[in-house]
Amino acid sequence: MTTPTITLDDLRRILRQSAGADEGVDLDGDILDLEFADLGYDSLALMETASRITREYGIALDDEAALTATTPRRLLAVVNGD
Amino acid sequence: MSGPVVVTGIGVVAPNGLGVDDYWSATLGGRSGIGPVTRFDAAGYPAKLVGEVPGFAAGEHLPSRLLPQTDHMTRMALVAADWALEDARMEPGGLPDFETGVVTASSSGGFEFGQRELENLWSKGGSHVSAYQSFAWFYAVNTGQISIRNGMRGPSGVVVSDQAGGLDALAQARRQIRGGIRMIVSGGVDGSLCPWGWVAQMAGNRLSSSEDPDRAYLPFDASARGHVPGEGGAILVLEDAGSARDRGVTGHYGEIAGYGATFDPRPGSGREPGLRRAVDLALADAGLTAREIDVVFADGAGVADLDRVEADTLEAVFGPHGVPVTVPKTMTGRLNSGAASLDVAAALLAIRDDVIPPTINVSVADTYRIDLVTAIRRTTIRAALVLARGQGGHNSAVVVRAPSSGT
Repeated sequence: MTTPTITLDDLRRILRQSAGADEGVDLDGDILDLEFADLGYDSLALMETASRITREYGIALDDEAALTATTPRRLLAVVNGD
Repeated sequence: MSGPVVVTGIGVVAPNGLGVDDYWSATLGGRSGIGPVTRFDAAGYPAKLVGEVPGFAAGEHLPSRLLPQTDHMTRMALVAADWALEDARMEPGGLPDFETGVVTASSSGGFEFGQRELENLWSKGGSHVSAYQSFAWFYAVNTGQISIRNGMRGPSGVVVSDQAGGLDALAQARRQIRGGIRMIVSGGVDGSLCPWGWVAQMAGNRLSSSEDPDRAYLPFDASARGHVPGEGGAILVLEDAGSARDRGVTGHYGEIAGYGATFDPRPGSGREPGLRRAVDLALADAGLTAREIDVVFADGAGVADLDRVEADTLEAVFGPHGVPVTVPKTMTGRLNSGAASLDVAAALLAIRDDVIPPTINVSVADTYRIDLVTAIRRTTIRAALVLARGQGGHNSAVVVRAPSSGT
């Protein structure tokens, strides 16, 4: 069984569903290396995001690891096991 | 700071009007917002009527960031707070963070949100519960969200005393301002229109089972048979009058001039109910005599023995038919902790416009010797008394007074 790979677009959608998008942020822009804090997401928003990823993709996420991934690139790396 | 504490902004979300202007014109026109429950299927419950706020689209008023983390009533509270601050000409950052705070009233917290997440918990498991459940259903959630959204980081809190909370919160806000805080956003916006909230209210045995919107909630009527619950309320901006002047705001709606709160004696004790003492305390606090009160916004429980206590109290303080009494709640239903804050807003607007809004649908029973205003009445209003009672024995009274020259 192959593990599903989550793309940046998947992550954008899940972030929007989990926590909305900050008014001053272009989530569709080049966000890969921006800090989640600068994108307007706090720890609860990231917990909710991690929880949705687990539900949708069946990927068991270590809470600590998910919360210490401070940018989309780092979170995707954790999620996709890179 | 020891000047009067005044109301400089009002935001209203009510079953018969969104925003102050809509609410006030509907209220003066006697237009009711009571109708069948639409938010959930109430067919299986004994109470089927409600005051729902129509046409409230949260996404039109709030950023998407706030939507996944808020209950419906919190969204309404946030919007009412936005409107009240705008009305008070308060820009974000217009005062130092720690010199402003938030004190709201609550009766149940975000029950609709909470019910959905509890259903997720038992039907799908803990991983399906929103992380925002951690605060979205708390009593203090409206205070917290208003505080965060507006950067108001001074003394804040929540008051929980059912309907009386809508007045108790304003009193707590006044206390903080007298202690040196420049501005407090206060009041109550409430509602728990979901099966869980509905059965919780049914447990109080005071919900009307009538299915006729014009006959369901009839305070002081011989046909009184309980009340219709509703959602909404009002958020008010309270400030020290001198501080408001310092930031360039000259006008205001009026002063929170007096307050009294009491608790009823144990049922069956034979001792006098506490409402009379609450009224006396509020009048004394305002430095006014009963003759100086121009209108009373009554609690209007719509339950015979409670209506009796209130009518007797008004007769004892003001004399038989001694003061105009009104219950605009007959157009909205009882909004839990939002009701009395909305009544204070109405009282301030009554002062502004020298007009008393009507009580609708009620034919006052002869046994209550009160002057119930059942048609709009134009008269000079300098001071109004607002009463609220919370289930469990809470009695609260607030006196609001017209702006005087210099405040």
